[in-house]
Amino acid sequence: MSEQNPSGKSARTNAGSINGAPINGESAKRRPAVSFVSGGDRHIRSRLMLSRVFAWLCRFSTYAALAVLVVLLAAIFYSSIGRLSPDFVTNTNSTSPLKAGILAGLWGSFWLILFTAMFSVPVGVGSAVYLEEIAKDSMLVRIIKVNLANLAGVPSIVYGILGYTVFRTSAAAIATLFDGKHVIGILGLFKVRLSKLPIYEDNILVGALTLTLVILPTVIAASQEALRSVPGSIRVASLALGATRWQTIWRQVIPAALPGISTGVILSTSRAIGEAAPLIMLGALTYTSMCPGGIESPLELLTKPAQLLQAPLDQFTAMPIEIYDWSKQPDARFTAVAASGIVVLLVVLLSINSVAMVVRHFASRRLKW
Amino acid sequence: MTMGKLPAWAVQRVSRRHEKLIQTALFLCAALSVLTTAAIILVLLGNAVYAPGARNAFFEQVSLWEFLTGTHWKPVDGPAGRFGIIPLLSGTIMVAVIASLVSVPAGLGAAIYMSEYAAPREREFLKPVLEILAGIPSVVYGFFALKFITPWILKPALGFLGLELGTFNALSAGIVVGIMVTPLIASLSEDVIRSVPRSLREAAYALGSTRFDVSVRVVVPAALSGILAAFLLAFSRAIGETMAVVIAGGQQPIATLNPLRGAQTMTSFMVHASTGDSAADSISRMSIYAIGIALFAITLTINLISGWILRRYREVYQ
Repeated sequence: MSEQNPSGKSARTNAGSINGAPINGESAKRRPAVSFVSGGDRHIRSRLMLSRVFAWLCRFSTYAALAVLVVLLAAIFYSSIGRLSPDFVTNTNSTSPLKAGILAGLWGSFWLILFTAMFSVPVGVGSAVYLEEIAKDSMLVRIIKVNLANLAGVPSIVYGILGYTVFRTSAAAIATLFDGKHVIGILGLFKVRLSKLPIYEDNILVGALTLTLVILPTVIAASQEALRSVPGSIRVASLALGATRWQTIWRQVIPAALPGISTGVILSTSRAIGEAAPLIMLGALTYTSMCPGGIESPLELLTKPAQLLQAPLDQFTAMPIEIYDWSKQPDARFTAVAASGIVVLLVVLLSINSVAMVVRHFASRRLKW
Repeated sequence: MTMGKLPAWAVQRVSRRHEKLIQTALFLCAALSVLTTAAIILVLLGNAVYAPGARNAFFEQVSLWEFLTGTHWKPVDGPAGRFGIIPLLSGTIMVAVIASLVSVPAGLGAAIYMSEYAAPREREFLKPVLEILAGIPSVVYGFFALKFITPWILKPALGFLGLELGTFNALSAGIVVGIMVTPLIASLSEDVIRSVPRSLREAAYALGSTRFDVSVRVVVPAALSGILAAFLLAFSRAIGETMAVVIAGGQQPIATLNPLRGAQTMTSFMVHASTGDSAADSISRMSIYAIGIALFAITLTINLISGWILRRYREVYQ
């Protein structure tokens, strides 16, 4: 009998399985151990007791994580009672805790993630392709790799300082340069009626560029891993048929790695949805009842095409910023508002992650080598 | 997987020049990361140490000595301003140490359990749990600490002991940061523990070791460098953690090591200062860059040490 599994049934499934395979040493040891214990050897008995206690401690610390997750979700759902309702998602922010809603943050996060993905996917996948498929082992490439590993450890708030100093200042300079007029002049050709196209310095694009820098190391690492899992035989076969290197990459390697790349990219982009610190450093709005571009429903994406140009250049807030703002309100009734915001944020994160899981599931079925 | 039927002219057109152009573009993508690092360093140094133009850099107004050894942090403009980093540093380290006290045993225990004890199916269930825990945003943990852990767990428990706990306190912030970095320690340590070859375990079992002996005396020592590297990475993550600490830890920059009071960390000061309405070139605003340098330098140093340990002391098994 194994020392940490008194019941023989679970011992069979549990004991001595490293990587799922039973260990011969374990089962051979088990039989004499019983006889020693019944023989009353105190030394062995205490060693086995120690081993059993240790196993329970390890099991406890693992399941404590599960318990924390359950308690966290329960506490948030419980706190959200009283405010979580359909109109919480359709209202914008308000000073009244009974009316405050997350619509502005939802749209802000939508635009941010849209542009963050647009910036980070080509650059991230491009870097990964360069590092995995093209680069030779030179000094420069080694510097890039070490640098990427270190960038992944830089706190996101530091990117916020960078974004504030570089991107926001540039946006302010562009805003004074154009002042809305030139853009309208160009648009005039296409007969888009616009009274004014103001460029704000704390706009969606500035936020998205900053978030891009935050998640880029993760996107690159995930894409690299996906590219690495494509077998070399595919590349060799393609090159042997006379394809150039880029043709091989574009038509063979990237399609084969696409499920892995998209899963990794979706997961790392979803991290950006929960980021608040760099956006606050940029000076994103903490209290606003205005959605970027004034677009408040998916239908208005179609009915207000002119506003589509305004949205990326507009001021914004985001879901985690609003949650932060509600959490620190002294009025206790805002606790329910913050908790409701968290529920919406978690639902959004969960749906994005389940898309990634579905992609991974179907891809692992289809592709086999 | 077929090559596709390309007409001859199409193949011709993708000339060597095209190939070179594409490769250059891809190289530029990869080089962007180096540019990012350079930009971070330039921006931080450029505003803290030497600012071109009329603006005054932070260290042109505050001496480095005062910054490093001062025990008062009062970031206001004018003669009343005091810029000593010690209070922020003590707050940061206190939160990170509490986080480590939570996450090191929990993360290592979970890693040992998942690699040495759990059946494959149990592991398949536990891993996503840890991934979800790691994927929950920082603000959510801040809310959890402020609205649940402090009033519902710590206040009653410490009140029972006769201790008084502030609404904002470093303890609850440290605990949630610890919960946040536990999955990081667990997954990194589990990877190195699993890479310890089976033969070592089998040899130990054959010599009559118990599971405890194998885990603690054979497997963990064999994977020690990787585990240490994971601890350090988690510590540096805890130092850079922002929103949870901002929400739960409070905003009082006091040089104290009492976790029951509010404490301001380097990151929470930066958030606090950037939401204030001081002018862009005022010294209170410029102090963000000085704190930014300190934060960047500390986390980078810890990460580099972590990487160095991993490379230097890695056991290579054949």
